[in-house]
Amino acid sequence: MAEQRARPLSPHLGIWRWGPGMTASIFHRISGGALTVAGLAVLTWWLLSLADGADAYGDFSAIAGTWVGLVVLIGLTWAFFQHLLSGIRHLIMDTGENFELGGNKTSAIATFVGAVVLTAAVWFYVLGVAK
Amino acid sequence: MSLGDSSSQLGKVRGLGSAREGGEHWIGERVSSVALLFLGAWLIASLLFLPSLDFATISEWLRSPLGAVPMALFIVTSFYHGLDGLKVVVDDYVHDAGSNFALNTLLLFAAVGGAAFALFALAKIAFGAAA
Repeated sequence: MAEQRARPLSPHLGIWRWGPGMTASIFHRISGGALTVAGLAVLTWWLLSLADGADAYGDFSAIAGTWVGLVVLIGLTWAFFQHLLSGIRHLIMDTGENFELGGNKTSAIATFVGAVVLTAAVWFYVLGVAK
Repeated sequence: MSLGDSSSQLGKVRGLGSAREGGEHWIGERVSSVALLFLGAWLIASLLFLPSLDFATISEWLRSPLGAVPMALFIVTSFYHGLDGLKVVVDDYVHDAGSNFALNTLLLFAAVGGAAFALFALAKIAFGAAA
């Protein structure tokens, strides 16, 4: 087959200005990946430690309570709420709604604000109760 | 329109697109997302409102039907939905047919294996003797 000449490509990632819509889209994918890989690993580890007995669960709790453990758990909480809220937004868009520029932008921003607020609320409550 | 019959009449005439299938995956991802909306809210609320997160409290909770059954549903649905999501990512970015098949097979094994370990741990907690 003859060597093909470089053909003109449609404008791609490089020329777009970042906006709330595309940020929500890629964060949906990143948070979903993090929840699947790290979230389900932590869930399985937690259940296995519970099944193993009080000592193993104590080891899990001790690791979860270190600052690395807390960063992972707070990160997963945020990923959960981000994915949940942008997932709801996707379900609404599946019905054909929310494609007007203004409303679409507002709902994208709302997912980020909502996820941070909910994550903060959960962890203020958890760390407040733990004290 | 049944679950596995999600393409339009025109799509049927044209042979369901190049892959001849695919609607089931898209629908399944959304149905499981709605289930996880409820199950995820249940999990977060349960962890927040349990009187304590120590071994005895969590074990007792997961021995009761209202703890063990939703947890089993959460395990199955979240591994299913996570596998669905990561498959979309692989299909989007890995175009070589061999690598695509290998990665999707690896994902399937990891998801089924992970879910099996989590379900085993839950069964051991739920059906084990009270401490």
